[in-house]
Amino acid sequence: METSKVIHAIYNDDDVLMAAVKSVKAKRHHIEEIYTPFPVHGLDKAMGLAPTRIAIAAFMYGCVGLAVATLMMNFIMIEDWPQNIGGKPSFSYLENMPAFVPIMFELTVFFAAHLMVITFYLRSRMWPFKKAENPDPRTTDDHFLMEIAVHGNEKELHDLLSETGAVEINVVDNTH
Amino acid sequence: MEYKISNRLRLTAIILMVVGLLGVGYGFITSNKSFAEVETMLANESHHGSGHGEAAAHGEETHQVEAVSHDAHASESAHGEGHEVVDEHTKHVNHVMHAMHNRPWSAFYVAAFFFMMIALGALAFYALQYVSQSGWSPLVLRVMEGITAYLLPGALIVLAIAVASGTIGHYNIFVWMNPDMVDPASADFDKLVAGKKGWLNTWGFAIRGLIFIAGWSLYRHFSRKFSIAQDKANDNKNFKKIFRISAGFLVFFLYTESMMSWDWIMSVDPHWFSTLFGWYVLAGMMVCGITVIAFITLYLKSKGLLPNVNDSHIHDLAKFMFAFSIFWTYLWFSQFMLIWYSNIPEEVTYFVTRIEDYKLPFFGMLAMNFIFPLLLLMNSDYKRVPWFVVMAGVVILGGHYIDIFNMIMPATVGDQWYIGIPEIASLLFFAGLFIFIVFTALTKAPLVQTRNPFIKESEHFHY
Repeated sequence: METSKVIHAIYNDDDVLMAAVKSVKAKRHHIEEIYTPFPVHGLDKAMGLAPTRIAIAAFMYGCVGLAVATLMMNFIMIEDWPQNIGGKPSFSYLENMPAFVPIMFELTVFFAAHLMVITFYLRSRMWPFKKAENPDPRTTDDHFLMEIAVHGNEKELHDLLSETGAVEINVVDNTH
Repeated sequence: MEYKISNRLRLTAIILMVVGLLGVGYGFITSNKSFAEVETMLANESHHGSGHGEAAAHGEETHQVEAVSHDAHASESAHGEGHEVVDEHTKHVNHVMHAMHNRPWSAFYVAAFFFMMIALGALAFYALQYVSQSGWSPLVLRVMEGITAYLLPGALIVLAIAVASGTIGHYNIFVWMNPDMVDPASADFDKLVAGKKGWLNTWGFAIRGLIFIAGWSLYRHFSRKFSIAQDKANDNKNFKKIFRISAGFLVFFLYTESMMSWDWIMSVDPHWFSTLFGWYVLAGMMVCGITVIAFITLYLKSKGLLPNVNDSHIHDLAKFMFAFSIFWTYLWFSQFMLIWYSNIPEEVTYFVTRIEDYKLPFFGMLAMNFIFPLLLLMNSDYKRVPWFVVMAGVVILGGHYIDIFNMIMPATVGDQWYIGIPEIASLLFFAGLFIFIVFTALTKAPLVQTRNPFIKESEHFHY
């Protein structure tokens, strides 16, 4: 926490929120965080957040899954206990590859999906038994909360936010 | 915005057609070799030991016979000692001679089918846009209407070549069109084909083909008519009409497309069948259709004729190219793996001939149709870069041409295949015809539907 004082503006409509984000950004204020009950399309771009890198991570996880499947099936079906697959006892991974494609596919998807979710949670600082960070429980229901750091410009921010259609504006001191 | 076909494009199309026709004619004339000529050619080949590239790969196999379907069964064991026997020799020379006669027919047919398939895929995609009431696509619906203009002539040509091969020609594509195959008294009698003669007969084939084409063309005719009427209407009545006929068309299409693929493609190997063949052909058809939609959209946009088409539309088309490529691979593999795994002789012979005699096109096509689009189009940003989409699209179209090639050629020309003058000339001819018809159709109506109820959404479409 770099600042001790933050301002919480609460909205009850995602379109109003989007417009508010744009006007706040236009006045060059830094938005600390926004809490929403559901993903708002385009919010990340409006806030000027860096594009997500989770796709790159997912690709790499998929490659790991593919490699794990290949090594695993090679060990199980070819090396450790050679199997006669489909009446073609070639005992070669490459020649029996079509039989392993479904497993290679499934593990690719499995690794990509699960590791991507885990990465996402960790990156969002969410882990089991963690205390919820959202400042207002209404953001899990039907309200949107924008958090802006105050640097001695409380009045100016207050005016700006009430102009943008905030239904509630609170100044919160975090130094307690 | 109105579009006028440029003289250069029209000239290109006409030159393509003329050059193509010359090449096709050359193919037909030179393929007409007599028994003696083929015999000398084969003798020369076996003396020099190599012949064409493929032959070297599998030993003494200028004498390998089984590729062509009308004796697919006879030969597994025959070729080892066969060539001392005079009878066996005559049979083999005859066989090669027939394969050479079949080649220009098959090359012409493959190219005709390939371009017909683009138009049919685009038509199905067009109907889907209406049925799903898509908001992103109305800006490119007119482009699709242009492409589907090729369907009627294109499909009639395919059917005409198929029927002609069994009437004017010497059963050059579909061996089951030979009446001897279902005549128990004949030496060519084939019990399996005789058992299928209720479906596989030339009359049935022609009538079914006409019904398919009539159904598709009627949909295309009326959807186009209502689409143009909607431009000048004051309400959405025409749009609703297209919605209704599109839903009906999709039902008709899914049945007829499947039957069409059995008739027009699968029956070249009349002993072999695959239950998901229709789906497999459908997937290839959709990829090609969408790729060509993307191409023509990019072309018109580059001329400044589609100013409202933005990155996001291209992105969506590229996403469909990517997705249907994966879908195609999924179906290709589902078909391949079950047959490979169960290893039943009468089924697996289909892939054995392809892997033995068509190794490069068979595996090359997999790389072009799966690995290439997978890696090129996976990244979200690349789908917005026009030259990237075009590059991926060229590979996809090439790959699907080879896919059709692999479906037809092993049954008709066997190991005598080559991509030479007949194949390339046929492609050029149909490419010219396709460009000519499609771009002429594009001039007939404004390039964007003006009163489609979703046109505003499409203009503001933003991903």
